[in-house]
Amino acid sequence: MLDFPTWKKAWLWLITGLACLAALPSLLSMTNVSWPEALPDPMVNLGLDLAGGSHILLEADSRQVAAQRLDNMEENVRGLMRNAEPRIRIGDVSTRGGRLSFILDDPTEIDRAREIMLPSMSGTGLVREWNLAVEDGNRVILTPTQEGIDTAVADAMESAVEVVRKRIDELGTREPTIIRQGDTRIVVQVPGLQDPDALKALLGETAQLEFKLVDQSALPSDVAQGLAPPGSEIFPYAETSDYAGSSLAVRRLGGIRGDNLTGAQQSFDPQTNEPVVNIQFDTDGGRRFAKLTTDNVGKPFAIILDGKVLSAPNINEPIRGGTAQISGGFTVENANRLAISLRSGALPVDLAVIEERTVGPDLGADSIKKGLAAMALGSLLVVLLMIVSYGRFGIYATIALVINVLMILGIMAGLGTTLTLPGIAGFVLTIGAAVDANVLINERIREERKRGRRVVAAVENGYKEASRAIYDANITNFIAGVLLFLFGSGPVRGFAVVLVIGLFTSVFTAVTMTRMWVAGWLRKARPNDINL
Amino acid sequence: MKLLKLVPDDTNIKFLKWRVPFFAVSVLLIAASWALVLTKGLNYGVDFAGGLEVRATFTQSEQAPVGELREKVATLGYGDPVVQRFGEDNQVSIRVRLPDEVSADKDAAQAAANQIVDRLKTDYSDFRLDGNDNVSGKVSGEFRNDAVFALVAAMLAVALYIWIRFEWQFGVGGLFALFHDVSLTLGMFALFQMEFSLQIIAAILAIIGYSLNDTIVVYDRIRENLKKFRKMPLPELLDLSVNETLARTVMTSLTLLVALIPLLLFGPASLFGLTAGITLGIFVGTYSSIYMAAPLLVWMGVTSDSFVPTESAADRQEKVARGEA
Repeated sequence: MLDFPTWKKAWLWLITGLACLAALPSLLSMTNVSWPEALPDPMVNLGLDLAGGSHILLEADSRQVAAQRLDNMEENVRGLMRNAEPRIRIGDVSTRGGRLSFILDDPTEIDRAREIMLPSMSGTGLVREWNLAVEDGNRVILTPTQEGIDTAVADAMESAVEVVRKRIDELGTREPTIIRQGDTRIVVQVPGLQDPDALKALLGETAQLEFKLVDQSALPSDVAQGLAPPGSEIFPYAETSDYAGSSLAVRRLGGIRGDNLTGAQQSFDPQTNEPVVNIQFDTDGGRRFAKLTTDNVGKPFAIILDGKVLSAPNINEPIRGGTAQISGGFTVENANRLAISLRSGALPVDLAVIEERTVGPDLGADSIKKGLAAMALGSLLVVLLMIVSYGRFGIYATIALVINVLMILGIMAGLGTTLTLPGIAGFVLTIGAAVDANVLINERIREERKRGRRVVAAVENGYKEASRAIYDANITNFIAGVLLFLFGSGPVRGFAVVLVIGLFTSVFTAVTMTRMWVAGWLRKARPNDINL
Repeated sequence: MKLLKLVPDDTNIKFLKWRVPFFAVSVLLIAASWALVLTKGLNYGVDFAGGLEVRATFTQSEQAPVGELREKVATLGYGDPVVQRFGEDNQVSIRVRLPDEVSADKDAAQAAANQIVDRLKTDYSDFRLDGNDNVSGKVSGEFRNDAVFALVAAMLAVALYIWIRFEWQFGVGGLFALFHDVSLTLGMFALFQMEFSLQIIAAILAIIGYSLNDTIVVYDRIRENLKKFRKMPLPELLDLSVNETLARTVMTSLTLLVALIPLLLFGPASLFGLTAGITLGIFVGTYSSIYMAAPLLVWMGVTSDSFVPTESAADRQEKVARGEA
């Protein structure tokens, strides 16, 4: 037990040295001394509750993705049937119950229709995305498979993360963290943010821009009651618009979406001086926009943003330049925001803020100061108590404790984990608890001495007998810590991180390291009695 | 140098003599705790209740206008807010539990937050927003489920571990001691209506870890003594084991307390709940190791034979080597 060959000592000191070295950049960052740039500088990240900033949890509505996909399929199928040679006539198209169904006017066309649609049934991969069934000989039913929906949701989330990243970059904040969580969630963490409201407004805006033809056949009285003629749907006017409070009926199909934009800028209307947003389509979008406006000169079309009508101007002439101007009673501020949103692309799905936590930078700094002061005082008291109670063995425990704290910090820096405010409490708890191993060992050595064992045997037995309880206790603590890490969220996880790392380092320092020192001392001094 | 000994040598306190009354009191306390939790309820923070919490400092004021704030926020129509001093005298936390239909609608929840902050900013020139938490009902529901799951899973997992390392009686004893600790901690939070947040779950899990730490130390000694003193009656053996480990129990509880109390007194306000929970748990956990975990062994019929089959060949060899067998 007390035998420490040189290689073992060297090994122990190497591990200790490395771990402590990794803590150095983090420690120096609290002072004015700078760390040489040429060297790697692992740093402990400060959590938002210490550094100040915003944590925002966004959730996408996967049902919306599915609904969108169904609409696309409907449009796709209508196009395919219309363009077939000869044309296949269909009717009674419905998307109720999450599936697309329609009737073939001529049941004998069923095989041809099936053949035309087949390429659309499977996606890019090997996954079958839609199931096709035929009922009563002439009703075709397309049901999306779960795999298909899952793939669509995953794709939507992937591009949503990209869009979110672009939008946050436009705000010019430093080091945002944007990660997907689970199937439908995105965590956004922005340190030191000055204006969290602007960020939330930006993320809350889907920026799904649509141009749809107004259904002029709809009776105003029906529209007011929310009744749309077949093939049309009702959209309310936006709050900013002149017609806020009323609604408009537009044709469900045949419009275009503003997905294909190359640019968007806030500007002013030369005539009215009202803030507007200028948009530029890409080639494909420009062509489709030109076609829409050419085919419908003289008719009004609605500019719809996120399900709300901004305005419904008349198409006076075909717009072929690939640019358009959007007005809708904007202020400069929200026109600017819309421009950013459109530039970074529409979110493929609505994102709702389901959790938000913001900490001001002043409070964070204050928390660090108070937390560290309390930790220092607590450590001092622990050290005093240990030295007064165990003398030389208490000093060993103290050195072990210092190394322990450095090692935790170093490992946290090396792993790139985050120190949060509860993490500081974790440090304090670890400091109080890490010496438990030394207490167990020292009390056991006392006992063994009382029973009359000689010094070396007492020390040896002390370490041996105490180790069992130390390991068992640490393993149970580890179980609790891991569960806390798995099911805790945010700052609380920081507590678990410190606790779990502290368990490993404290066994290492409080048991192994102190044993090495005690062994060295016994070997050198060969005491007949120990003051314990 | 004369070293400090908090516990004199060779104590012989008859802990187990009073095991029945103590155990009865403990069971009563557990029952009372649950009664409190069920009747008074826990004062859930936004983590678990959902809603909005705004923390602010009135930079130019000595005292935050708590009463006035309560009335002002109440007039905004989101029900009665909870306004509490938070940290310094001029710092407050304002908690509003948004009605379900508001918290379900992202725009409305946002508008509510903005409305409260804007109102206070205009009414108080020295209002400084320190932070705000906004948790939707959906997320808070998940937090509740996760918290209950984490607590139950942690208790069962560590009990299982003890069962494997010791004997089933020890696993049950340890589990019961943990149940006692968790119950009493919950009871305290219900009694004093301290804010119950995610941090408190962290505190309870830490308590589970450290209370068990104590239990294991006592159990480990009991196991050792069971092998050593085959003829000693169990209550006497348990007393011996608790007494032998008493110095360690007192010392460790003390080091934990001296580390935590500065944090409790001078630490940041947002850590108060966490620290208070753990501090309380140290007392409860130490008590339960002695008065719950140990006496249960008597009633569950642990005997000196419990560990005979588990004595490994290695142990045996060692004994032979030392000339004990």
